[in-house]
Amino acid sequence: MADLRTNFAGIRSPNPFWLASAPPTNSGAQIHRAFEAGWGGAVWKTIGAPVLNVSNRYGTWRYGNEKMLAINNVELISDRPMEVNLREIAEIKRAWPDRAVIVSAMVESKPEAWHDVIHRIQDTGADGIELNYGCPHGMSERGMGSAVGQVPEYCEEITRWVMDVAKIPVIVKLTPNISDIVMPARAAVAAGANAISLINTVNSIMGVDLDTLDITPSIGGRGGHGGYAGPAVKPIALNMLAALGRDSVVHNSSLPISGMGGISTWRDAAEFLLLGASSLQICTAVMHYGFRIIEDLCDGLSNWMDAKQFATIPDVVGHSLRQVSDFKDFDLSFKVVARIDQQKCIRCDLCYVACNDAAHQCIDLIDKQGHVIAPAVYEPSSNGRVEAVSTRPSVVVREEDCVGCRLCFNICPVENCIQMVEVAPDRPSVTWDELTAKQPEVAEDWDQMERYRQKMGIRIH
Amino acid sequence: MSEIPSVTVAGSALQELLPPLSEQEAVTESARCLMCFDAPCTHACPTHIDIPKFIKKISTGNLLGSARTILESNLLGATCARVCPVQELCEGACVLGSEHKPIAIGRLQRYAMDYVFMRKIDVFHAGKSLGKKVAVVGAGPVGLSCAGELAKLGVSVTLYEKRDLPGGLSTFGIIVLREPVEVALAEVAMIQRLGAKLEVGKEVGLDPAVADLQKNFDAVFVGIGLGNSPQLGIPGEEYILDGLEYIEDSKLQPAQLHVGREVIVIGAGNTAIDCATVARRLGAERVTMLYRRTEKEMTAYPHEYAFVKLEGVTVSFLSKPVKVHHENGMVKALECVRIALGEADASGRAALQEIPGSTMVLPADQIVKAIGQNKLPLASRLDLKTDKGFIRVDANFETSSPGIFAGGDCIRARGSASTVMAVQDGKLAARAIYQRLVNHG
Repeated sequence: MADLRTNFAGIRSPNPFWLASAPPTNSGAQIHRAFEAGWGGAVWKTIGAPVLNVSNRYGTWRYGNEKMLAINNVELISDRPMEVNLREIAEIKRAWPDRAVIVSAMVESKPEAWHDVIHRIQDTGADGIELNYGCPHGMSERGMGSAVGQVPEYCEEITRWVMDVAKIPVIVKLTPNISDIVMPARAAVAAGANAISLINTVNSIMGVDLDTLDITPSIGGRGGHGGYAGPAVKPIALNMLAALGRDSVVHNSSLPISGMGGISTWRDAAEFLLLGASSLQICTAVMHYGFRIIEDLCDGLSNWMDAKQFATIPDVVGHSLRQVSDFKDFDLSFKVVARIDQQKCIRCDLCYVACNDAAHQCIDLIDKQGHVIAPAVYEPSSNGRVEAVSTRPSVVVREEDCVGCRLCFNICPVENCIQMVEVAPDRPSVTWDELTAKQPEVAEDWDQMERYRQKMGIRIH
Repeated sequence: MSEIPSVTVAGSALQELLPPLSEQEAVTESARCLMCFDAPCTHACPTHIDIPKFIKKISTGNLLGSARTILESNLLGATCARVCPVQELCEGACVLGSEHKPIAIGRLQRYAMDYVFMRKIDVFHAGKSLGKKVAVVGAGPVGLSCAGELAKLGVSVTLYEKRDLPGGLSTFGIIVLREPVEVALAEVAMIQRLGAKLEVGKEVGLDPAVADLQKNFDAVFVGIGLGNSPQLGIPGEEYILDGLEYIEDSKLQPAQLHVGREVIVIGAGNTAIDCATVARRLGAERVTMLYRRTEKEMTAYPHEYAFVKLEGVTVSFLSKPVKVHHENGMVKALECVRIALGEADASGRAALQEIPGSTMVLPADQIVKAIGQNKLPLASRLDLKTDKGFIRVDANFETSSPGIFAGGDCIRARGSASTVMAVQDGKLAARAIYQRLVNHG
């Protein structure tokens, strides 16, 4: 059985799964139950400046039968008195010495305010501190949260104030609402932070109610942007995680990264680990299904690690980072084509319409006699189950015309019905960088490009 | 027209079998649809409703658009949503059917139809007047479909219906479990609002006379369906009830319908199944269907047979009625004989051989027959050529008499007759009639 124990910047937990700083970590009672369920750690809901909250604070994006593809919120940091939070933090840490208890903090951008809150957190016995530079709504209007995270200089300065007094590991949490995630990460490195976490929530407006024409959710007739999270943000988070892993400054600093943003299952978790996260934070999935999801997170991850012969979490961390490349380094001669398994195909023809309307027109409808036919060629008098099913054409890929775009593979509703099959390249391996180093003219002149294509037998259609 | 009867009392034994889908169910089910391209369900539907399109519109909450998509291909979408043998048509062809559950197309169609009917939304309106008049004989599904399509095209249509209620089999012949009377009549009202005039209690050939019809109209469409069950030719047959009349009573005057304790239904088609269902639901202790051949040859849809078995009806196969036993005007029993299936005859069906000495007497206090339908006499009154009694039409639904068109059960010499086939006939005939009206100036 794989060893899931985690040591993140000196913060130890029995597994890499921490509850993210969010509503599920609002109180000691909740975190107590989470730890009973098996969570490895929890980042306490941000404590700091006094706040008041509003109703209708969460909006969701329903897509098809998925009730919560994403959630957004305008909930502020903890609205419970700081004293209460600190007392419960101390109680939880005493009760659960083997779990990671990290406290998220956000106060006014003054050294005294930060020094004060850091001291008070350290007095609880907590294992670490997370600096909330990411909250994109409400707090940012008061000069906190993402108002800090979006300006690398502020990020660095405040982190320095914190590091002046911090005795426990300090994690800088980054906002994704920025053009280049590397900049605030480098600021954290420069200020001497112990770790980085990302991503916080994304700026978003969830929608407009088509009956009332109000913004959803409506807060007394008004609405606005909130922080967006959940399954839909996962690819954004993975990209930003990889971007840090590939930046030489961040990479050379060896700061561990706590990954979050749409992790719902152990599969998501494994992907974050593979791209460089060494602890994982989760909120939305818990808001949807409760603390009990920890069981499959650990069980599934452990089984997968066993199957892949990863003994420990550090064995997994960053394993796939080396594959992350720029376009210019992709092999232009690599070739796959789509192949449809006629036994598995249910004849929905979604691949046909996608290929013909939106891709490269290389899937045909073939009738029982082997002829290419147009769609809907039956007579108006033709009807009935037997006739409709028995005369249904097959969908067949013209492999010589398939560019391997993978659209059909992606939309096919049947598992493993369409495979992208690697075929022998028809020209020598070369990357765009290599090609244009030798023949810069192909990147500058369409005639030269055409000549190159002709020479190499590259047909565009 | 007599007052619309309301028999669809919630909780009654005959209330509509399937409840309407809730919004949650409809949205969830519609989201399951893969939205196949050139979908097999659409091919399988005799009226070729663009099914993925109307289902997608349910999932986006565009219910008006969904209803329009259905009604564009099938004006009787509310009836068809309830009575279509979807297992043999759209749902049977659903690509999710082989390994998963097919999409509940019929119930989703009903959901979209209920939306417009309950809100009394008229999706279509009469077209710009063409200055032409068409008489439609028979206000059943085919006549209504034809009349509605013609009205949409601006033709002035008069529907002649010999019964005192319109709707044909939808009103009289489909058991309430499947289609309440109100649904059929609401559909008729929708066709009337499209501009079709309805004359009930008018039997063409008597009043109005055939000559008047030909004089006063630019074209005629005949959609008269079929009649009652043919004669068995056995002693005591006068004590046997007609299946369609039995169903009609269950729909329009269920309180007056006398149902026996021990009921025998002769026949094994879908009407026989419906009669047996009604008898069971209205209190018969034992219901037995009688069929001369075997399960393999029975004309009822497999899903209907499966249904009636669950209702507690048994079928006596290879049994032929020979005599009704009665006493003081009361049915006592049905005498039958066992049948052996012989070699196939000229028609390809196995010959029926009575097994000597196999006579059995089945106790019964009510006997109903549903063994097919007689042809109606109008074809000869109109002097139309027929095939085996069915009116002969060409590919445009035009009869041997130019300007007289026909469709529905009265022309269906081959294949199984169904409401949705009739609707398609009516639609295509309307287009052919319109073309004729335009071409002839």
